[in-house]
Amino acid sequence: MSTWIPLWLHKLGSPPTFYRVAGAVRPWAMGLALLCGAIGLYGGLVLAPADYQQGDAYRIIFIHVPSAWMSMFIYAVMGAAAFVALVWRVKLAEVVAMESAPIGAAFTFITLVTGSLWGKPMWGTWWTWDARLTSELVLLFLYLGVIGLYHAFEDRRQGARAAGFLAIIGIINVPIVHWSVTWWNTLHQGSTVNVFGHSKMPWDMLWPLLMVMLATKAYYAASLCRRARTDLLALESGKDWVRQVAETEAGR
Amino acid sequence: MPMNPTRKRRLTLVIVIAVAAALAIGLGVYALQQNMNYLFTPSQVQSGQATPYKTFRLGGMVKAGSIQRSKDSLEVTFTVVDASGAMPVEYTGILPDLFRDNQSVIATGHMDGARFVATEVLAKHDETYMPKELKDAMAKAHADSKVKEAVAQDKSP
Repeated sequence: MSTWIPLWLHKLGSPPTFYRVAGAVRPWAMGLALLCGAIGLYGGLVLAPADYQQGDAYRIIFIHVPSAWMSMFIYAVMGAAAFVALVWRVKLAEVVAMESAPIGAAFTFITLVTGSLWGKPMWGTWWTWDARLTSELVLLFLYLGVIGLYHAFEDRRQGARAAGFLAIIGIINVPIVHWSVTWWNTLHQGSTVNVFGHSKMPWDMLWPLLMVMLATKAYYAASLCRRARTDLLALESGKDWVRQVAETEAGR
Repeated sequence: MPMNPTRKRRLTLVIVIAVAAALAIGLGVYALQQNMNYLFTPSQVQSGQATPYKTFRLGGMVKAGSIQRSKDSLEVTFTVVDASGAMPVEYTGILPDLFRDNQSVIATGHMDGARFVATEVLAKHDETYMPKELKDAMAKAHADSKVKEAVAQDKSP
C-alpha cells in the first residue's frame, strides 16, 4: 500500500473500523441535523422578514436552496468515491459511492418539486426547459442511472464498478448545473449566496438558510453512516468481524 | 509516489475516459450554445436575430405605464424594453403574480407585423432578497424615479 496516505485513513477504510466509527458518529450527526433543521426552519419560516417583491412565497428557499446544494454536493462526493473505488478498489469507497446515490436522488427530487411549486405562482409556470431546470433534471436521471446500473448486475462489486464509471462521467453535469445561470439566459435567477463575495440577501434571511444547509449536511452524514453500515454487513457477511457483531447484538 | 502497475493502468484508464467524456459533452454544449439561449431581447429581435424562428421567447422589462388591460376580456397590451429597444406585446390570459411595471418578463409567442403576440407570459425575478422596509428605505434614499415607481406598484394591492 502507498505510504503517503495517513495511517488513520487506512484504518478507517477497513470495514470493521468504519462500522464502529460510523455507528458512533451517526447519532451525533442525526442530533445535529434535527437541531439545526429546527432552528433553521424556525428562523426561516417565522423570524425572517418577508421579501419586498415575493412576500412570504420566497420562504420556500429554506427548503429548495439547501436541497439544491446537497444535490450537487452529494454528486461530487459520489464521483470522488467512485474514482477511488475504481482505481484503488477500496471496498468502502464503493459502498460510500453507491449508498450516496439514493440520498442525492432524494435531494434532487425535493429540489425539482419545491422549485416547481415556487415557479407556478412567481414565474407563472410549473416547468420550463431552461438550462438550470433541464440540467438539474439530468442530474436526477444520472442518479437514477447510477442506482439502476448498480442493481442491474448479479455481482454487486461488478455493478458498483459499472455504476462508478457512470458516476464519474456524470460529474461533468455538476459545474453545468451550477454555472448554467451565468452561461445562458435562463428564467431561473442567478446565485444569491456567494462564498467568495457579497451575498444578495440580508443577514436575518441568510443565517436560517445556512443553518438548514448545515442540517442537510449532517443528515447526509447520518444517513450515509447508517446505509454504509448495513451494506458492509451484507457485503462481508462471511467474515469474522460480522459474526462477532451478530453475536454481540444477539447477546443484548 | 509508489503505485503498482495495475493501479497506474486503472488510474490512466479512468482519467482518459473522464476527460474524453468531458470533452465530448463540453463540445456538445458549446455547439448547442446558440439554441440554448432561452430568450431574445427587443433590440436583438429588431436587429433580426430572431428572424429564423417562427416562435421564440422575448425577454425584457415591462415599460412603466405601458400596461393596458381590456375592460371586458383578459386581453392585455404592454411594451417590453431593454437597454436600446422596445417591443409592443399583446397577450390574452392570466398573468403571474409578479407581473407589473418594471418587472422582468419572458413572453413566448410570434411576431405579427411589428407587434409580438404572446401565448405565455412568465415573470422573471432576480436573485436579490430583502425585507420590504429595507427596500422602502432605499427607495427614499434614492432620488431615482424608477425605484420610486416600483415601490409605488408594490404598495398597490
